[in-house]
Formats: sequence, C-alpha cells, structure tokens
Amino acid sequence: MDLRFTPEMEGFREEVRTFLTKHRDRYVGDAVRPREAALEWQRLLIDHGYAARTIPREYGGYGAEPDILKTRIIAEEFTRVGAPRGFANQGISMLVPTLLEVGSEEQKKRWIGPTLRGEVVWCQGYSEPGAGSDLASLQTKAVEDGDDFVISGSKIWTSTAAQADMIFCLVRTEPDAPKHDGISYILFPMTTPGIEVRPLTTMTGSAEFNEVFFTDVRVPKSGVVGGRGRGWFVANATLKHERGMLGDPNATEARLHALIELMKTESVDGRRLIDDPVFCDRAMQLQARVLTMKFNGLRNLTASMAGEASGMAGLVVKLQGCELNHQIAALAIDALGELGVLYEDGPHLRAKGSWQWNYMFDLGLIIGGGTAQIQKNIIAERGLAMPREPKLASA
Amino acid sequence: MDFSITADQRLMQESLARTLEAAAPLGRVRRFAADRDEAGADVWAALADFGLPGVIIPEEHGGLGLGLLDAALAAEALGRAVAPAPFLGAVAASVALTRGGSAEQQARWLPGIASGKVVAGLAIGEAVAGARDGMGVKASGGKLTGGALFVTDAMIADLFVVADTSGGLHLVAADAPGLTRSVVTSIDLTRRLGELRFDGVPAEPLAAHTLDAVRDAAWTLLAADTLGAAEVMIEKAVAYAKERRQFGRVIGSFQAVKHMCAEMAAELEPCRALVWYAAYAFDDAPAEASLTAAHAKAHTSEVGRFIARTATEVHGGMGITDLLGLHYWFKRIGLNRQLLGGPERVRRIAAQIQGLAA
Repeated sequence: MDLRFTPEMEGFREEVRTFLTKHRDRYVGDAVRPREAALEWQRLLIDHGYAARTIPREYGGYGAEPDILKTRIIAEEFTRVGAPRGFANQGISMLVPTLLEVGSEEQKKRWIGPTLRGEVVWCQGYSEPGAGSDLASLQTKAVEDGDDFVISGSKIWTSTAAQADMIFCLVRTEPDAPKHDGISYILFPMTTPGIEVRPLTTMTGSAEFNEVFFTDVRVPKSGVVGGRGRGWFVANATLKHERGMLGDPNATEARLHALIELMKTESVDGRRLIDDPVFCDRAMQLQARVLTMKFNGLRNLTASMAGEASGMAGLVVKLQGCELNHQIAALAIDALGELGVLYEDGPHLRAKGSWQWNYMFDLGLIIGGGTAQIQKNIIAERGLAMPREPKLASA
Repeated sequence: MDFSITADQRLMQESLARTLEAAAPLGRVRRFAADRDEAGADVWAALADFGLPGVIIPEEHGGLGLGLLDAALAAEALGRAVAPAPFLGAVAASVALTRGGSAEQQARWLPGIASGKVVAGLAIGEAVAGARDGMGVKASGGKLTGGALFVTDAMIADLFVVADTSGGLHLVAADAPGLTRSVVTSIDLTRRLGELRFDGVPAEPLAAHTLDAVRDAAWTLLAADTLGAAEVMIEKAVAYAKERRQFGRVIGSFQAVKHMCAEMAAELEPCRALVWYAAYAFDDAPAEASLTAAHAKAHTSEVGRFIARTATEVHGGMGITDLLGLHYWFKRIGLNRQLLGGPERVRRIAAQIQGLAA
C-alpha cells in the first residue's frame, strides 16, 4: 500500500489543471445530439489526450499508451472543477472498444474517428420484449438476400434511438444454429427504410428509452462485426464495458457529498436534517459504503495496472454500486420529508427534483445492464464456483 | 499509487495461517473454550515465536517494526482461525507506548511485550463505548479509582492500558496494590474478558491525546478479525452448499441458496479494501485515520452480522449445532461487533469526527 503519486504523476496532474484553467470558458457539456460548441470541446479534449486517450491515432484517437493512473488523474481533475469530460455515449463507451477488439480494419477506419468526435451518434439494439436477462434467446431475424440481410423484429430499452445516426444491433442470422451461435452483431443506419422508433416513457415521466421496430429493413452484410454467427461473443465483450460504466465510485462519492450538503442546509422545525440522529446514522451507514466501494475501486485499479484479474472485488461493483446510488437518493427523499415527494417545478422544489428522478432512474440501472439477480448468479458461479441452475429438459 | 498488499505481506499471512493450523486447530480452540481457567499459553508461545506480539514494535525494542496494516493482516488470520490470543492488547499497548510513552517507558515495557512475555490487557471500554453499571476510572494524583468492564485478557495480563473518564491513558501493572480483577464471560469463549476494580491504584500516565490512536488501532484490528472470521463462514457455507443434496441436486444449484452466498460475498469482499485503507491511514494518512477506522469497525460489524447469520442458515439445521462448531465464528463476530462500541455508537463518533454531530 502506497497511495502517493510519483513526481511524474504530480507533474501530469499540474498539466491537466493548467489546461482546465486556460480553457475554462469553453466547457460545454454532453448532449445526445451535440451542438457545435460541444463538438469543439470534444476535439480539444482529444487533441490534448483528455478524451479518446488510448485510441490509436490512425483511428482518430490521441494514441497514448494505456496508463490507468493518468486516466484517473484526468477524471479527478475534471470532476474537481466540474468540467465536462467529453462524450460518454454508447458509441464511445461500447461500440468503439468492440471495434478495436474485433472490428475489421475498414470498420475501424470508417467509424471510430467520427464516433469519438461526436459526429456519428449510435444506439444499441440488444434487448427485445422477449429477450431480457436471457438475451441470447433474441428473435429479431436477419434473412440473407444477396449482399444484404433483411431484418424483421423489434428491440426495446434503446436509449438515444430517436437521435441516433447508426445502430449496433444483435440479430439472428442462423435460425437453425444453437441459440448462442446463431447471432450476428451488425451496424446499419437508423435512416434505413422500415425502421420505426417509438419513445418509451418511464416512471420518471420522460422517455429515456425507446422501442425500435424493424419491418423488412434491408442492410448490407458488410456491416457485420466480428464474423457472422459470432455476435454473442462480440456482444459479451461490449457488455463487459457497460458493466464497468455502471457503478463508478467517483459519481457515487459526489452524490453522497450532495446528500450531506443537503442535510446540513435543510431544516425541519428549525433543526438541521443532519442533527436528527436517525438520519445522521443513515448518512454514516451510506458514507461507510461509499468509502468501501471507493477503496474497492482503488484495489481494482491497482489490479488492472498490474494486468491482474480483479476477481471477486470486480464482480461485485455493478451490484453494490447501483444499489448504493439508489440508497443515497432514498435517504435524501426521506430526510426531506414531505418536500421529498415534490417533483414538478414550483417554489418548494429542491435540487430540481433530481433526488426523485435519480431514485426512480437508478431503479432502472439496478435492473438494466444485467439485473441484480443476474449479477448474483455471476458472483456465485464465477466468483464462488457454485453450480449453474440445471436446465429444464424442454429449454 | 499502489493499493495492494505486498508479496511479503501475503507470505507473512499465509505463514501465520500455517502456524495457526498447527498451534490452534479447532480442537485446541474447543479446549480453550471449555476450560475457562486455561490461559492458552502454548498458542501465544507459537505466535511469539513468529514475532507477532511485537509486530508494530520498533526493531530497537525487539519488535518486527512493521505497520498497522501488517497487524491487521495478522488479525484477519487470527479471526479466520478463531484463535485465542491476547493480540489486541499487545498491539494496543504498543500503540499506547510508541505514541504516548516516554523513552524510559518504551525501553522498560516494549521488549517484554514484543517477546510475548508481558501480556497486555486493554481497559478503554468506558471511554470509547460508554460506561455501564457505575463503571469508569477517575485519575487523581497519579492514582486510579473506579472500575472497568470488558477488559481484554484481564486475568492473564501483566500490564493494563487504562483510559480514565477524561480521556487520559495510563499504564497499570497487574500486581499494583489496590487492583482486583474478576472474570466476565461473554458469548465468545475464544477470547477472555474481565472486570477491573481500582482502589487508589498507582498508575503511570501516558501523553495526552493518545487514546484516539489506541482506539483507532483497536477498531481496525477488530474489523480485520471480523473480516477473517466472516471469510471462513462464507467458505464453509459455499462448500456445504456444493456438497449437501436435497430434491436430487446440490442445494448450491438453487438460486435461493446461491444468492444468499453471492450476497455475502458481495458485502464482504469490498470490506477488505476498507480495512486495508484504515490500517494504511493509521500510519500514512493520519488525517483520515479516525474516520476510516470508525467506518471499518462499524461497517464490517454490520456485514459480519449479516454473514454470521446467513452462513449459519445456509447450513440448515447443522449450522446451529456444536458438532459443526460454526458458532465459534458466529460468536467471534458477535463480540467484535459490540466490543469498543456497537455500530450505532461508532457511527455517532464518525459523525462527530467530521463535525456533523455534537
């Protein structure tokens, strides 16, 4: 254990700080369909290696050697001053790593650069109404016709489908193969005729997701990534990246900080919320959990720097992190009392209703990206080497 | 930036585990638990050969000169083995002396503690967890009067680290005039507790403000002990679930059972990083030491209780039998939770440390 940073790393931190001070008036946040100023900020970040840091130059990245510590320093410094860290959409976080891993040279050259720069927006077509946790049972079919596939079926939980230019999609290309071997991972434009997007409104009141319907959608076979029938294995590489994204301890720490500030500033009957022993105790319970997951994250970081598998300490991050975020929002609502149920704009609303929004949205994150129950199966089977549920004879 | 234990530390822990397998197998622990007068001297001698009593004592005083992280790794191994040993007192007295003792006091006491010949008991419960039944020690004119409960290894100790009601720390020799001791029996028979009565007992004062460091070190070691004991409970539950058959299949293939095991692992594994950090902070990040020690103590206690109960349940009826002996780990975790403050009390202190509570 030695948590100090070397002089080289402290020097790098200084560089990042100088950059952030110099460009303070250019901070522009993320949006699904970025404005020109946001695209400019993104390009600036890539030029300086603060976004797309380890993506090779020939594909439009900065081309630095992977250095987890520098990546962390960048994250810390951007968080510290509240600077937008560049785009974190599904194209960048999931498609780009997948293409780098299994894409053809032509696919990498064509898609990675524009995706990184925010010029091409993607959506993810994985889940279906009948294929959620059992994703491999997906039924959207792609029938071969000359140089094309003709796609029919539907997808659900497709965030950003309405704004996306392109989709990376799982389709069944080999109907007679065993279920894991019949899937292909394919890229095609959302402007292709036969695609219909319907917003899916959730309990938050907004449509964070969509349903997407395909009726005889004709797309070129050249969009297949990683080989025909290999889609399940390609997708698993991508899901690994998604699970890393859900349960980021820095975001959780920031939320706890906001909770404690809220409890110090809000009063009921003239008493600060933090001075209520019950609420104070609950806040301390959550602080212990936040610190625990933060240190667990440092431990995982050290393991990945050494090229070691993080084992159990890595397997539990999604389950524990998403639940913890949800619990922090829950305590904020409880401590606010009746004010905690306000949601729409009004004179008594706190934090623009974000505690309620987070409380509801985070329940979706507990379910999405592999439900809590699927996570427990993974922890038990991969982490504790416990047996799988026996398959039913009919399945 | 390196958040991991070194290869040397891992080797030390494995080697200690082998020492404990030989010196304190479950049969030996059972004998210690059954015979309340037995001191466990052979186990302590084996640990003394290992150098454990002096783990954090500087080499010039005969110790190993290591840090609290090493002591915590040792405590984890002791918890795994539910081993009877006056280790908490040894480390607490080392902290009291190295942080609050004069050069003369250090030279007089530390070599004996390091060799294991001087057994130390810890009597700070009233100052940390609160006073019950009229207990509490008053210091006046170099003499102590009053009583202390839940004193570790009270009947076998040669030296006590005693906190008074105003937070001052004192060293008291077990044979000092006016000191009487008696046994207090807790659910956990793998450790010995006692009650001290002071009637104008001469004491050596230690430097002011040493209590917090002693408390933080003790909290961290109790958390590490629970970590080790809870690890074993999960391992035993998983092994049992993979072997026990009902309805024609091993019960570990039922998700109801599997998820109990997954939940235990998901709760416990991150605690390891918390315990490591608290121990690291004690030596290298003093501004964070008290807060992280408090959270390590409180949180690991909560997780420990959940695991003690759930792992027992996974074993079905066998889980509650003396034959299986799982209850030794269950009770060890139970004592670690209450000793020097239950989670609610410790979290209150955590809030005070940050200025969030009065």
